[in-house]
Amino acid sequence: MARNAGRDAEQKPMAGGEAKLHSPLGLLAELTHRCPLGCPYCSNPLALDPRSEELDTQTWARVFKEAAGLGVLQIHLSGGEPGARRDLVEITAAAHACGLYTNLITSAVGITAATLHKLAECGLDHVQISIQDSEEKSADHIAGYQGAFARKRALAATVVDLKIPLTVNAVMHRANIDHLEDMVALALALGASRVEIAHAQYYGWALKNRSALMPTEEQVRRAAATVEELRRKHHGEIVIDAVVPDYHARLPKPCVGGWGRRSLNVTPSGKVLPCHAAESIPGLEFWSVREHALADIWAHSPAFKAFRGTDWMREPCLSCARRDIDFGGCRCQAFALTGDARATDPVCHLAPGHDIVQRLAAVQDDVPYAYRRQ
Amino acid sequence: MNEAASVIAPDARPRLPRGVRLVHNEAQGGWVLLAPERVFKADAISVEVLKRCTGEATFAAIIDDLATAFKAPRERIQADVTTMLRGLADKRLLEL
Repeated sequence: MARNAGRDAEQKPMAGGEAKLHSPLGLLAELTHRCPLGCPYCSNPLALDPRSEELDTQTWARVFKEAAGLGVLQIHLSGGEPGARRDLVEITAAAHACGLYTNLITSAVGITAATLHKLAECGLDHVQISIQDSEEKSADHIAGYQGAFARKRALAATVVDLKIPLTVNAVMHRANIDHLEDMVALALALGASRVEIAHAQYYGWALKNRSALMPTEEQVRRAAATVEELRRKHHGEIVIDAVVPDYHARLPKPCVGGWGRRSLNVTPSGKVLPCHAAESIPGLEFWSVREHALADIWAHSPAFKAFRGTDWMREPCLSCARRDIDFGGCRCQAFALTGDARATDPVCHLAPGHDIVQRLAAVQDDVPYAYRRQ
Repeated sequence: MNEAASVIAPDARPRLPRGVRLVHNEAQGGWVLLAPERVFKADAISVEVLKRCTGEATFAAIIDDLATAFKAPRERIQADVTTMLRGLADKRLLEL
């Protein structure tokens, strides 16, 4: 059985030499940017959508129906904190009714056991709960919320009681990376079937806090070795997903599976983005679900067309053997670090700007976090 | 991997747990296995195996059924299906 599914259902090359249009697999539904926590590594943009601009229940239901029609298989209910929406149960039911796989991505703060029971009844398929550290005081400090740790433990227990699969998401950075083994132990103790060792990526609030978050090369090396050991030790008990953190890598990540290729993101106010950081690239025109059908946006939105396929690439990406594997890395990161969204992601060792990343990876500042607040 | 780990008890009742779904999707061109934050493309043989993993049929009965359906030697089917199901179980995508 092959990994990374999604055969290209639509093979037609569009008129005018446009890039081949794939069918998206996943939709990230940012239901709200409200969140009680203030994690300094949050990937939400600095300019958070106000509550007054949030899409209503019916609009989300329509978006899900259109997503299913487009071939989307999985909806990731996220935010901010999706539990902040009073209509979370109705929203989840609407996604389930379209036959979509529903994944709730939550801090656990804002979701009661009673709500989780109702979500289970509505067919919720999976829950992902974040943990900020293995120890309570540190975890609450990183989250900027006292009591978060306890709430996560409690909700995890309910998820497991309901027999919904649980993934623990652990964003790793300088303050907790040395506790990796303990964090995996915690994930196991919580009954998770998967743990994501999600090294911080520098967008939005994480970019603002980069030097406070950046691990040292030695820490990253040790973390990688620990992950390998733990995978051997816990084989068959828990799946440990981990990727080398960008700034310490030689090859770039295939960001979002390629621009406008496998996933899309709908913001709380209804803007559709090829990725959660796309608004950081100047000159892109984004369309809203308030004005366009999702299929129209996917195929024709200028923002989606901007870097779809490979025609936009320059050297060394254009003739690179890995061109269709990592798509030149991340556009948003290329822009953030070089000022040019078409540049090779400087994470790539072949990028002319690779030394930028190497320099930044060596910057560790023990400064207070700028907590994510609306 | 030791011998015991690669054997599935004949009376085991394999089933896809909650949160792992085998679905047919036109737009994606066929059968897919939906799992926590990943999607697997399921080829025709995988589909025949997974369709039978309902928690009702025993592993032995599933193998018998497949051997008949594919007109193939039982030992061969058992070996291949054991590898496949063990792989999924190791990823917590199947209960045995």
